[in-house]
Amino acid sequence: MYNFEYHKPASVADAAALIGKAEDGKLMAGGMTLLPTLKQRLAQPSDLIDLGGLADLVGIKREGNAVVIGAMTTHGAVAASAEVKQAIPGLAQLASWIGDPAVRNRGTLGGSICNNDPAADYPGAVVALGATVTTNQRTIAGEDFFTGMFETALEEGEIVQSVSFPIPEKATYEKFRNPASRYAIVGAFVAKGPNGVRVAITGAGPTVFRWKEAEAALAANFSPSAIEGLKHPADGLNGDIHASAEYRAHLVGVMTKRAVAAAG
Amino acid sequence: MASTVTMTVNGKSVTGAVEARTLLVHFLRETLGLTGTHVGCDTSQCGACVVHVDGKSVKSCTILAVQCAGSEVTTIEGLATEDALHPMQEAFREHHGLQCGFCTPGMVMSAVDLAKTNPDPSEHEVREWLEGNLCRCTGYHNIVKSVVAGAKAMRG
Repeated sequence: MYNFEYHKPASVADAAALIGKAEDGKLMAGGMTLLPTLKQRLAQPSDLIDLGGLADLVGIKREGNAVVIGAMTTHGAVAASAEVKQAIPGLAQLASWIGDPAVRNRGTLGGSICNNDPAADYPGAVVALGATVTTNQRTIAGEDFFTGMFETALEEGEIVQSVSFPIPEKATYEKFRNPASRYAIVGAFVAKGPNGVRVAITGAGPTVFRWKEAEAALAANFSPSAIEGLKHPADGLNGDIHASAEYRAHLVGVMTKRAVAAAG
Repeated sequence: MASTVTMTVNGKSVTGAVEARTLLVHFLRETLGLTGTHVGCDTSQCGACVVHVDGKSVKSCTILAVQCAGSEVTTIEGLATEDALHPMQEAFREHHGLQCGFCTPGMVMSAVDLAKTNPDPSEHEVREWLEGNLCRCTGYHNIVKSVVAGAKAMRG
């Protein structure tokens, strides 16, 4: 790992000031992706700004008809939260399937969505549940947040503070894992609630996307049989040594059906 | 760019010089000489380096020493007392939960964390929990037996 200047600010404002004046600074949440990246010398930031000291970005609370989760809340905390399990069990389930226990003790919601790995799990929940992302500058609709592979709508130095997830009637997540890395080859988050039926697919394409044909079919009849004949096209999907685009397209259908079946 | 870091390791306050990029595992092994914590893969997959930071299991190859300033760190060396092994260590010995032993410190530290949050884990829960701990001797069967027995012993 190349060396860097390490900072641990005590407030979001301090963190924003530090990233603003750093030559080539990086914000670090749990570090579960960033530290391995640095260890492989795939990045060489001048400054590392550790958000681990920002206690007000940690926590889960119910606000009206939504569950608001602080950006620095770990996957382990979301998975174990009685509040999340009761209000949005599919979200707790998703968090419990990320990485392994030691990774879930460090990795955070904010880190996951800001990195926007194509195989990350949380983007599916943010899009399908119609969540809202709050930063130190504005709010961003979940659907507008993810703009491309490892790309988000965040401006330079903008810091995610929390994500508000409207409580759905039903929400489930199913993923087909790479047997070695355990990352999602394809994940399907299906939600039925105030935003109608939404199907968000991760792992399959460069970034999360909605499968609108399946949403329309499920809106008319929320059951696995409603999407029996639907096939997602392979065009534009990821293909690699783990799975071809055609195989991922097939899994989109299978995982969506499983998620609908699990929703009951 | 060296600085000093102070943390509590196995109940004792320790201070040492580190670079910003020094990983916790290197601080433990090289600065403090606590070589019970192993580096297996160095890519946060194998779990040989698992220690507890503020009571939670973490992979010490994927956290900076400076991030642990002021934290309470427990390593495999911190489990046993002078007279007796920790119940989880004793269970690994009793049930032959190791072959070469390389993964064992991480397995034991993960298992202790599991038993704290889930005092009576099923075999299935143990297997799921140990997803991030790899044993290349493929001795999982006895490891799982050990963890179930160790959790039981920890319940008292």
